[in-house]
Amino acid sequence: MIVAEPKSLDEIKAMVDAYDRVLMVGCGTCVEVCLTGGERAVNLTATALRLARKVDGRDIEVGEQTVIRQCDFEYLDEVRDADEYQAIVSLACGVGIQGIARKFPNTPVFPGVNTTFMGFNEEYGYYTEMCKGCGECILHLTGGVCPVARCAKSLLNGPCGGTNNGKCEIGGDKDCGWVLIYNKMEQLGTLDKFKEINQPKNYGKAGNIRSMDIRK
Amino acid sequence: MGFKEEIQSGNFVVTAEVGPPKGTDISEMKHHIKGLKGKVTALNVTDNQSAVMRICTLAVAKEIMDIGIEPIYQMTCRDRNRLGLQSDLLGAAIMGIKNVLALTGDHPVLGDHKDAKPVFDIESVQLLEVINGLNEGRDMAGLELQGATDLFAGAIVTPESNPLEPQFAKFEKKVSAGAKFFQTQAIYDMPKFMKFMERAKAHDVPILAGILLLKSAGMAKYLNKFVAGVSVPQELIDELTPFKGEDALKKGIEIAGRQIAELKEVCAGVHVMAIGAEDRVPDILAAAGL
Repeated sequence: MIVAEPKSLDEIKAMVDAYDRVLMVGCGTCVEVCLTGGERAVNLTATALRLARKVDGRDIEVGEQTVIRQCDFEYLDEVRDADEYQAIVSLACGVGIQGIARKFPNTPVFPGVNTTFMGFNEEYGYYTEMCKGCGECILHLTGGVCPVARCAKSLLNGPCGGTNNGKCEIGGDKDCGWVLIYNKMEQLGTLDKFKEINQPKNYGKAGNIRSMDIRK
Repeated sequence: MGFKEEIQSGNFVVTAEVGPPKGTDISEMKHHIKGLKGKVTALNVTDNQSAVMRICTLAVAKEIMDIGIEPIYQMTCRDRNRLGLQSDLLGAAIMGIKNVLALTGDHPVLGDHKDAKPVFDIESVQLLEVINGLNEGRDMAGLELQGATDLFAGAIVTPESNPLEPQFAKFEKKVSAGAKFFQTQAIYDMPKFMKFMERAKAHDVPILAGILLLKSAGMAKYLNKFVAGVSVPQELIDELTPFKGEDALKKGIEIAGRQIAELKEVCAGVHVMAIGAEDRVPDILAAAGL
């Protein structure tokens, strides 16, 4: 799922400083799971914003709504009374924030979160990045562990010299993705594949205004 | 004879390295390079070493050639994409640079521009294949070059890496990808290195053992704590501990000389990293009896 982290209250407060009536819209899918952008997060953030503005002596009205998804017009149709507000703060991922901005083209829309990565729920409240959306999956070559997402340098042919007792040179106790790959391939008995040279990726597939049309 | 010819004819080679400064005052760097003339077979020039921004490698390689030493042009994949890397390799070739050391490069978070976007469009193994391609007259897109390169490509290996197996597999990939010589990360654990050399022998590729000059016990402890793939044994730390300043440096030179003398038997050469004490490289070689 898509993981996002909350923006600081100070940042959100500064973004909406010019307004007195703001609608805060949550998203009930990915960011709800990581507790960043669902109904509860909207309530907490809206309350904090109201309090902060009260302290400044400038009350702000913050409407609270959460839809199932902000990445789909079908669900964005459920956002109500948006025209009664001067601005919208979206707590969805970057996709949803842009969805809201497209749905209400005349209303300024602000991000309430920083969208960070596509991740796996390791344990309650702890997520790790697993996929970079590179558009050219090579998990069959690397024992089901992604070097693009899990090696800090996205290396394709083994660990760099910075690997240290199974940890990455960037620190923070992060695992070396290539040691994970090696161990997994050893377990699977596929180390012969580890020794094959993987060719440079086609980064044309990793970017450049991508779209997909399944109607074709 | 040049570096390639020396190494291919089985002569023991000595390389050292120079780290370009941050800024345009190169007087000290030139002094260090001049001091190495006639003492080393070739001289590495590092590429934004430790992800710290410095003078570009090509410009310093030119200084080295002007002084009369053959440079080994270190190229990392951190700061340039495949277009940048290939065009710099072509540039190196027309400047008369003959040797390239293909590296992945330290991550920017380890350096002084931590917010930089890391490139890593390709990496060391792939870069070796790219160099082979340029030598055969074609670029990464498969397009024909108007004049091929003739670059002698090498790579690095970290024999004290833990765990060693994935690192060794990568070493083998580098050999397959066309690495014609290797320079190693700093060696201190001799028994471990000897075992590595025993296994590496099957690949019949010249290996230059990395010698990193220990300037003090404090530096040794720092390496153990912060530098991956380097482990200075306690005996060496104990040996350095009683000495301070110049005396510690002298002890470090003695240790480095001793290591080289020991490694001489099993390696194609040594790569001496003096990190700021390049003017003492001749002393190290003298201590090794070279």
